[in-house]
Amino acid sequence: MRLIIVAGPPSAGKTTLTRQIINGLQNKSKNKNKVSYLKIDVVRAFEDEELKKEFGIPTKKIYSGDLCPDHAGIMVLRDAVVWAEENESDLLIVESAGLCLRCSPYVTEGLGIVVLSAISGTNTPLKMGPMITLADLAVVTKIDLISQAEREVFREKIKEVNGNIDIIETNALQGTGMRYLMRIVDSLSDIDKEKVMLKGEPPLGVCTICIGKKDIGWQNHFGVIRRLKDADYLYRGD
Amino acid sequence: MKHAEIEEITILPGRKKDGEAEDFGSIVITLGETISIVGPTGSGKSAFINDIEMFAQHDTVTGRTILVNGEHPPEEYVRDPSKKPIASITQNTQCLADLLVKNFLEMHARARKMVDCEVIQKTIDLANEFTGEKILPGMKVTELSGGQTRALMIADATLISNTPIILLDEIENAGIFKDRVIECVKRFRKAVVFVTHDPLIALLSDKRIVMKNGAVEKVLTPKEEEKPILKRIMLMDKRMDVIREKIRQGESICD
Ligand SMILES: Nc1nc2c(ncn2[C@@H]2O[C@H](COP(=O)(O)OP(=O)(O)O)[C@@H](O)[C@H]2O)c(=O)[nH]1
Ligand SMILES: Nc1ncnc2c1ncn2[C@@H]1O[C@H](COP(=O)(O)OP(=O)(O)O)[C@@H](O)[C@H]1O
Ligand SMILES: [Mg+2]
Ligand SMILES: [Mg+2]
Ligand SMILES: [Zn+2]
Repeated sequence: MRLIIVAGPPSAGKTTLTRQIINGLQNKSKNKNKVSYLKIDVVRAFEDEELKKEFGIPTKKIYSGDLCPDHAGIMVLRDAVVWAEENESDLLIVESAGLCLRCSPYVTEGLGIVVLSAISGTNTPLKMGPMITLADLAVVTKIDLISQAEREVFREKIKEVNGNIDIIETNALQGTGMRYLMRIVDSLSDIDKEKVMLKGEPPLGVCTICIGKKDIGWQNHFGVIRRLKDADYLYRGD
Repeated sequence: MKHAEIEEITILPGRKKDGEAEDFGSIVITLGETISIVGPTGSGKSAFINDIEMFAQHDTVTGRTILVNGEHPPEEYVRDPSKKPIASITQNTQCLADLLVKNFLEMHARARKMVDCEVIQKTIDLANEFTGEKILPGMKVTELSGGQTRALMIADATLISNTPIILLDEIENAGIFKDRVIECVKRFRKAVVFVTHDPLIALLSDKRIVMKNGAVEKVLTPKEEEKPILKRIMLMDKRMDVIREKIRQGESICD
């Protein structure tokens, strides 16, 4: 079974892109390309019901609540792979909540896609850290809505963050540029369940705020703590 | 293939909405030509220019294929916007950056590694040929009107992107001087494709592609008999421009 993890900020076009992938695969062959879909979100999500209705595929969702959704995703991924195998799927697509810019949901096997909306402003890629640096592929959506100049600059900014990343531009509503993505999806090899590992270093549980202590000010906390004047970055993963 | 080497693009037929084969041999668009796509809403006009924009290879809803100089185009034409020989401007295309017009154009020129510092002013001057509302270098791009934005984007496509092919999807309501755009296309030897309901643009074009039911229904070239009518429509259009400007200035149209 193949695995795709789709990350990116809310409303970037993750679900729209997922629809295009499923559509592309189903157009080729319904029997050979069975997809299972898992949505991870914080409080509410509707994608699983929508995609189940639209494509007749097995779908699931989990809410991470107070836990970082990327951590929640990693926690349940093994179960999800087993679930998708039981569905006899040949592809599992996991759509992340895309809220946490410190973490990234990508794993060492399969394909990690970061979805970025071209209308989010040309500096956005610079703010996204591991969600871009650890992705295998960046898909830029909503190119139908912005000027040529901004499209070109947006692409340069992604390259600035991750010089090696493959970039696909798309109007995800129309499915432009999908031929390249589908080629990559087709060429994916099956994952080895035993080898799947989280790609990034999770900056998890580094201080007493992480475990629920609510007082403000570093004076009240233990662990990795910083004063305002200490550094540009309050904490940087080692 | 560099932009400069593109001479023509060829559109090969696909299928109609009902799945039947489209019945035209092929359509060739040559640089310097103005083409208009006409037909009712839903007839497939946007799908037609989308095919051109993404160099369809039998992989879009229409099943059409696009060739460049008679050959299959290289992948970077679609994948890398700075290598793409096509600029597409629609009613939806916006400039969102919080920048002044001159900085916006500078940003683009820099991304293109252009050294000609005059290109910025030249682009603004060209844009001002297309619109009656003067664009100044110090205006914010986000505060430009629809017409000014479209005018700036067409000028940017012409001089900074310098793309040989420009696609304009229903921009008529934006209030730009279309006859000047068409004149500019000839001057800079670009090919421009208008999706339009505007009779003036349609009649000024070298070819009119008529769409119906998702397919090319026919390709018309202007007839000699249409010319006197075209002249009258151009006069009417000029008068409409004058009236529009008077109303904008708060004058009575009888003065
Ligand atoms: N115009 C345009 N709209 C898009 C595009 N991609 C997504 N959208 C719209 O953006 C909104 C958010 O997309 P969605 O896929 O739900 O984003 P998600 O939160 O990342 O899953 C929806 O209304 C989509 O229809 C695109 O390429 N162009
Ligand atoms: N040849 C075709 N086969 C199948 N669907 C088509 C074809 N041409 C257009 N369509 C679809 O029909 C709808 C309307 O077409 P569109 O190009 O938006 O029309 P217009 O721009 O003329 O209003 C779109 O969803 C488009 O994808
Ligand atoms: Mg979604
Ligand atoms: Mg249209
Ligand atoms: Zn996190």
